[in-house]
Amino acid sequence: MEVLKIATAGSVDDGKSTLIGRILYDTKSLTSDKLEAIEKTSKSKGYDYLDFSLATDGLVAEREQGITIDVAHIYFSTNKKSYIIADTPGHVEYTRNMVTGASTSQAAIILIDARKGVIEQTNRHFFINNLLRIKDVVVAINKMDLVDYSEETYNSIKADFEELMAKRDYQDQKITFIPVSALKGDNVVNKSDKMSWYTGPALLEHFEALDRKDIYNVGTPRFPVQYVIRPKTDEHHDFRGFAGKVYGGELSVGDEVIALPSQTRSKIKDIYFHDKKYQTAARRSSVTITLEDEINLSRGDMLVKAGDLPTIEKQFTATVSWMDSDQLTAGKKYVVQHGVNKVLAKVDNIHHKINPDYSGIDTEVNGLGMNDIAQVTFKLNKPIFYDKFKDHRTNGSFILVDTQTNNTVGAGFIS
Amino acid sequence: MLQNLNVMRDTSHINALENEAIYIFREVAAQFERPVLLFSGGKDSITLVRLAQKAFWPAKIPFPLMHIDTGHNFPETIEFRDRLVEELGLELIVRNVQDSIDQGKVKEETGRYSSRNSLQTTTLLDAIEEFKFDACIGGARRDEEKARAKERIFSVRDDFGQWDERNQRPELFDMLNGQIELGQNVRVFPISNWTELDVWSYIKEEQIEIPSIYFAHKRKVFLRDGLIWSHSEYVYQEDDEEVLERMVRFRTVGDMSCTAAVFSNATDIESVVEEIRDSSISERGARIDDKRSEAAMEKRKQQGYF
Repeated sequence: MEVLKIATAGSVDDGKSTLIGRILYDTKSLTSDKLEAIEKTSKSKGYDYLDFSLATDGLVAEREQGITIDVAHIYFSTNKKSYIIADTPGHVEYTRNMVTGASTSQAAIILIDARKGVIEQTNRHFFINNLLRIKDVVVAINKMDLVDYSEETYNSIKADFEELMAKRDYQDQKITFIPVSALKGDNVVNKSDKMSWYTGPALLEHFEALDRKDIYNVGTPRFPVQYVIRPKTDEHHDFRGFAGKVYGGELSVGDEVIALPSQTRSKIKDIYFHDKKYQTAARRSSVTITLEDEINLSRGDMLVKAGDLPTIEKQFTATVSWMDSDQLTAGKKYVVQHGVNKVLAKVDNIHHKINPDYSGIDTEVNGLGMNDIAQVTFKLNKPIFYDKFKDHRTNGSFILVDTQTNNTVGAGFIS
Repeated sequence: MLQNLNVMRDTSHINALENEAIYIFREVAAQFERPVLLFSGGKDSITLVRLAQKAFWPAKIPFPLMHIDTGHNFPETIEFRDRLVEELGLELIVRNVQDSIDQGKVKEETGRYSSRNSLQTTTLLDAIEEFKFDACIGGARRDEEKARAKERIFSVRDDFGQWDERNQRPELFDMLNGQIELGQNVRVFPISNWTELDVWSYIKEEQIEIPSIYFAHKRKVFLRDGLIWSHSEYVYQEDDEEVLERMVRFRTVGDMSCTAAVFSNATDIESVVEEIRDSSISERGARIDDKRSEAAMEKRKQQGYF
């Protein structure tokens, strides 16, 4: 069984919470006490249907205003897969939450209200999912029950969306259109009998059929050293293990590796997971590696395969998603956290802002405000070892940390 | 013996969760000066101990455990705690709610629903200050409760231990920002993405020992509000609430006063996993503390509760 994390995006009233509630209900993932709470609250509000959105809206302020404020995580499973839904709010001002939710997801749902069609918000949701290079995106055209399950409406929305697709940067992103009614349960978990003109899968059927190759990019292995394990006990006196997670590919015993930044060569001696030795460390496994030679490595250093070096530079240009109310301006200093490595960085140049609704770029930029997306060059106080985001999702991304407040104030994708 | 890690670790979702938790533990050890693992003796914190062992082998777990003891625990849990700590050679710190009561910092609740559960917060915050802990690792999971679904893996708390749910740091990819100011601390949740069934499956797969109260046993109980309460000196009971002896087990273990039992015949781990798989009631459905109000957990978290 695998884990599939799905980011959801929709505008206010598109019925996103209802869709998620419907998925949980139809997969029998709602426990009886939760269902009871939903029935009770729906009744007290005077609804004549079950308000599934109550299954996901968690905070008091959200329930009062009927909106979603923050990324919530919802868990359910089928016989085939374990699912995590990152429920991100769709308000204009919450771009940062959408970027956050999408950064850890392998698939996404963009919700469109069939009565409203493609709106400015849809552009934004699509832009972000494309920027984050989510491999599999479903465009769920919702509330089909309110447009008489009309094939014509569906086709016209699909055609509008396809115009957007022509503008996208990441052209290989796979996009699937599905007409649904979350409220009535059409094409969500079960195929609808009201839209015989639609021959594709129901929403969940689509995700059930996704294969590993449909959702993961295979790149080159990168091993950032997270922590050095030196037990200094009699039994393991000389043990010096480099603990970390393998990103992008696999590493095996005997592989010739280069340690960065020193560029010293060595070979992988042993790969441990807990107290057991393995021949190969899989992608995303948290292992401990020992080397044939005694090399001094510390947190933030990196092991890569010989002949497969990343870029080693004291500056880079990236697409930045700004997430703080204090502006990013040229000349300001931030901590760049690139994986587990931290370096001090200075904003060298803000080239242009990118309108996340595909309406073009803005070259007259003084600073970046909350939810702005822009092309920015940073100068660093020491080199980092990076790949372009399009080649390596992990080694091509970073976060920006404010040196005063310590808050995470932005995210970047290296170009 | 060499095994192929690829085959083992890349396909099962439990292994994916295990790898993620180990990564988080290592981030804590690397980013903080004085971390502590909050240990209740429950299955989630026992799972955390196993994951921490795996993260740092062959070195010892590089931080102590701390138990905030309400004094109303199931005796089986305390016995288990002490044995585990001794067997693994871990350091255990215990701080007592009774001391906070004696010092007049908190007041014992009275009446039908009295519990020491919410009193733990004061004792915890005092202990954090006493030891200058900058990271407290806990076993909370996002699937447990609605407010927890919005919790970060690294959750920053201010000097008063409070959670500001509207102003949380975004967490992107798997980068964890543990940078804090003096006086602040971070609550860390390595098994955030695990479900109850995941924890039980892991306990089964890893053959982790857990306290006996998680398995069906005969116990003196009484019924109130559709929940099964333990008959004990720590639990308030009306005269007309009849004591029954039934086969029960606990799905979640907190204080005796806030943990309800379920009827069960599951006496071993296999049947417990089966029971959880088929269960239609959520784990916290048996938490008396959550039934107090719709927003019970959110309120407690804002005040610094775990």
